This record gives sequence, C-alpha cells and structure tokens, in this order.
Amino acid sequence: MDSRVRRFWNNENTVGYVFAMPFIVGFLCFTIIPMGVSLYFSFTKYNMLKSPVFIGARNYIRLFTDDARFAKSIGVTFYYVVVSVFLKLTFALLVAVLLTRREKLLGFYRSVYYLPSLVGGSVSVALVWKQLFATKGLFNNLRVAMGFERLSWFGDPKLAIWPLILMAVWQFGSSMIIFAAGLKQIPTTYYEAAKIDGAGSVRRFFSITLPCLSPVILFNLVMQLISGFMSFTQVYIISNGTGDPNDATNFIALYTYNQAFKYNEMGYASSIAWVLLVIISILTFIVFKTSKHWVFYGNE
Amino acid sequence: MKRHTQRTIHTAVYHFLIFFFGLLMVYPVIWMVMGSFKDNAEILNGINLFPASFKPDNYLTGWRGFGRVTFATFFGNSFHITILATIGTTLSSALIAYAFSRVKFKGRKFWFACMLSTMMLPSQLVLIPQYIIFMKLKLINTYVPLILPHFLGQAFFIYMMMQFMAGIPKELDEAAFIDGCSKYTIFGRIIFPLISPAIITTVIIQFYWKWDEFLQPLIYLNRPTKYPASIAIKMFADASSTTDYGAMFAMSTLSLVPVFCIFLFFNRYLMEGISTSGLKG
Repeated sequence: MDSRVRRFWNNENTVGYVFAMPFIVGFLCFTIIPMGVSLYFSFTKYNMLKSPVFIGARNYIRLFTDDARFAKSIGVTFYYVVVSVFLKLTFALLVAVLLTRREKLLGFYRSVYYLPSLVGGSVSVALVWKQLFATKGLFNNLRVAMGFERLSWFGDPKLAIWPLILMAVWQFGSSMIIFAAGLKQIPTTYYEAAKIDGAGSVRRFFSITLPCLSPVILFNLVMQLISGFMSFTQVYIISNGTGDPNDATNFIALYTYNQAFKYNEMGYASSIAWVLLVIISILTFIVFKTSKHWVFYGNE
Repeated sequence: MKRHTQRTIHTAVYHFLIFFFGLLMVYPVIWMVMGSFKDNAEILNGINLFPASFKPDNYLTGWRGFGRVTFATFFGNSFHITILATIGTTLSSALIAYAFSRVKFKGRKFWFACMLSTMMLPSQLVLIPQYIIFMKLKLINTYVPLILPHFLGQAFFIYMMMQFMAGIPKELDEAAFIDGCSKYTIFGRIIFPLISPAIITTVIIQFYWKWDEFLQPLIYLNRPTKYPASIAIKMFADASSTTDYGAMFAMSTLSLVPVFCIFLFFNRYLMEGISTSGLKG
C-alpha cells in the first residue's frame, strides 16, 4: 500500500501536475473564466447595479456605427503605437550598434541609457514629464530663452500626443539591451570577411548586422506593439484621466477604463476590450506572416 | 602620425557624443531630484538645474501626506504589497518552470502553449470580469486582488527561469535520481539552488514592476489608508487647490529610491535578465 502511494506521487504525470498546479489554477481562474465572462458581458448592458441584460450585438454595432470617440481613439492609438515603436526601435538599434565597441566605459553608458526604461513606467516620472512640457515648464522656458513663443503642449490637439510619444521613445533602453545581446551573437568573422571584400561600414550594417539581427528585431517589434496598445499609466497621469484635449490622447486602454470605471458601462467596455484583442491578434499575425520575407534564421 | 591624430579626434568626438546624449537621457530624472529641493516659484520659472540652496522643506511637507494619512503609511503599504507579490511570483514561477522544463507529464505542451499565450493577452480583457469577481467576493479595498494572482505564476518569469534551467545539465538530475532523490527533492536540493541568478533577477524585476504599479491599485483601492505610494503621489496633482510641486517631486524622488538601489546594486542581474528572455523594462 505504502509503495503504491509512493509510486503514485512519483509518477511523472503526478509530479508534473503538482508543480504546474499554480499555473493551471491561475490560468483557469484569472484568464479563461474571466475571458468567458468578459465575452458574455460584451453582449449585455451592465452597469453593476442591476444584473446584466442580454442585448445581442448592439454594443458592437454601437462601437462601429455610432461612436465617434471610439473611432478617434483607435486612430490616435495607432498613430501613437506606429510612430513611437518605429522611433524607439530605430534609436535602440542605432545606439546598440554604436555601443558595441569593446571599451571599458561602454557598460556604464549602456546602464545610463537603460535608466529611463527602469523608471519610465512610474507615476513619478509621468508627473515630471507633465511638468517638463507644461506651459510654464522647462521646455517652454528654454523656448522663451531662445526667443520662441511658449507652446501649449497639452492644450493643442495637434501637439498633445508628442510628449507621450517622446516619453515612449525615451525608454528605448530595454530594447537596446536586447539588441546588444543579439549583436554579440553575430560572428566577427562575417565582418572581417566583408572588410577584406571592401565593404564599408554602412554596407556592413545593411548586409550583415540587419539580416543577422532580424529575429531579434521581430521579437522586439511584437513585444513593443503589444505593450504600446496597452499603454495606460502615462496617458492617465498626463491627461488626468480625460484623454484631453478633444480626445487627442484618448488611447484605447484609457477609453476602456473610463467606460468601465467612470461611466459604469461594463458591457460596452468589455466589447471594446474584445475589439482590442482582435486588433492586436491581427497585427501580430500580419507581422509574423510578413516576417518570412525579412527575418533570416542562421540555418537557412 | 596624421592618421593617429585623426583617430584620436574621432574617439574624442565619439565619447563626447555618447556622453552628451547620456546626459540628455538622465536629465529629466536629475531635474526631478533637483526640483525636490526647490520652492514652487523656482520650479515653475527657473531654468537653472541646481536649486538656490538645498532645503529639506519639501520632504517634510510632502511626508505629511493628505488628511491624516502620512507617507509612512503609503510607503508601508507599497512595501507590504510589493514584498508579498514578489515572494509569490518567485516561488510559484520556479515551481511551474520546473514542471515545464524537467518533468515529462501528459499535456505539458498544451499548458506551455497556454502560458505563452497569456504573455500576449491584453490585460484590459480580463480586468473587468476580475474586478467584478473580486467585488462579489467582497475583496475590494483589500490587497488580495493585488497579491493573489502573483502566487499563480507570471509567464515572463516562468519563461526566463525555463531558459535558465535549460542550461543545467540533465546528468545532475539523473545522478541525484540514482542516489535516491525524488523529483521533489531534486527540485528543492538541486534545481532551485542552481537557478539562484534567475531567482535574483525575478525578485528585482518583479519588485520594481509591482512597486510602480498603478492601474490595479487604482481600481481595487478607494480608501486613502490603503493606498500605495504610486497612487498617493498622483494625489498631489489632484489637489483641488494649487499643486505643491516641490512636495510632489520630493515624494516622487523618495518613491524612486528602491528602484535606484536596484539599478546601482543589481545592474548585472537586470541586464542579464533582460537580454536572456527579452523582458520588457
């Protein structure tokens, strides 16, 4: 009897499920069940005071035909994600390449460039950023000192998104570290051979560095796209939760939050969240599909 | 000779540029720290980086907090939430990583794929139903919603630990098995101690992520005595009267001290953690 119990506990299947149990419980309770509930809510009208009322696809119809704020929100979020991810990855790659020379100080510089990524997600830094771009903030004081007019960064719908984009680009450090790790993997013999063949440094960058690094670029691109679409804290702090001026910074995550927790439209907010999931999935799918043409793996 | 001077100039320009750019990068942070010693007029109108004099006044007024709740409470709450969540993430992720990388159980590939998919899932999707579930369980204004999910593993860290475990030779497990160790004791005596660098990386990254967290406490907590520092600092900007910028910067600076400490003392682990698993920063 005793040995049978012991054999049961030491069976690979038992051991596996014992160790994986936290994940399985968490996955069911905090991912799968909430997803199902959220899908159901997205077809209901639910304000938390009364129980949900099933209204079919009306939330989705309202989203796509009768909600100009949603359309605008999708627009500004795309603009923000595309511009900030492009600039961020370009910067990260350039700086990583510049910092690959093996010198003593480079580790120090790399850390310095990484610091913004470390603190950038915090409320503190978002508040500082808001103050830097305020009407009486540092940027405007510098403009005045140089003889320009003050700009109302957060009052002008055309300008308001730029402090947010700059803040995202400022945090290129973590992508840079990943690129730097990828650069280390490229065999130096490639560069030596290209040098002998007379390729200049620009040519070497486009013919060796970029193709060899393409899997890392793909990885960074996907991760940054996803986190870009979900960015919330910075815009919540900087626009004080409103997405002002004139919805120019009303990112999709902020709009979802406000629908749910400010207007108590839980059903409607759930439908926005599902549309967001579909958008992210389609984008990721497109990126992976096209990656066949621009990502090269070593064994090809 | 000519080529030599040319190269020297080249190196000098290179170092000047990366130094200048580095200064630009950390400028906002330095400006915040300096701002914590300035009075409001100086913050709003001055363009000097350094304050006229280093006065600790802002720290004293800021620490008083709001109503009767001081920053001793807010920072205490932050530590409470962050420490428990970090312990939870680290232990559970190590267990789960062991299952996925060392145990050949039925359904392993399926659950592993599920875990990878959770990394790509927008958190907004589950936010609303999770909130409603916790509300029905009367757990609003408690730390349970902020801490409990961490005891059920975090995909990023599971993945990172798996990468690390892949580098530990399987022969070690086999030798221990022959010596009479079970899968459980192999984990406790061999694998867990050997992945300690990955454990340290997890602890520090999870610590500063949780420390900075804003959305979750914003939703689940609405009593100031329960607020962590991240929410409390935001209250400086909410104040119906004029914002006390000096006090806000002082408390912001204090709230970044743990993150700065991590940066100074555990930089190596941070860099390794990010580059091995591509964690976002």
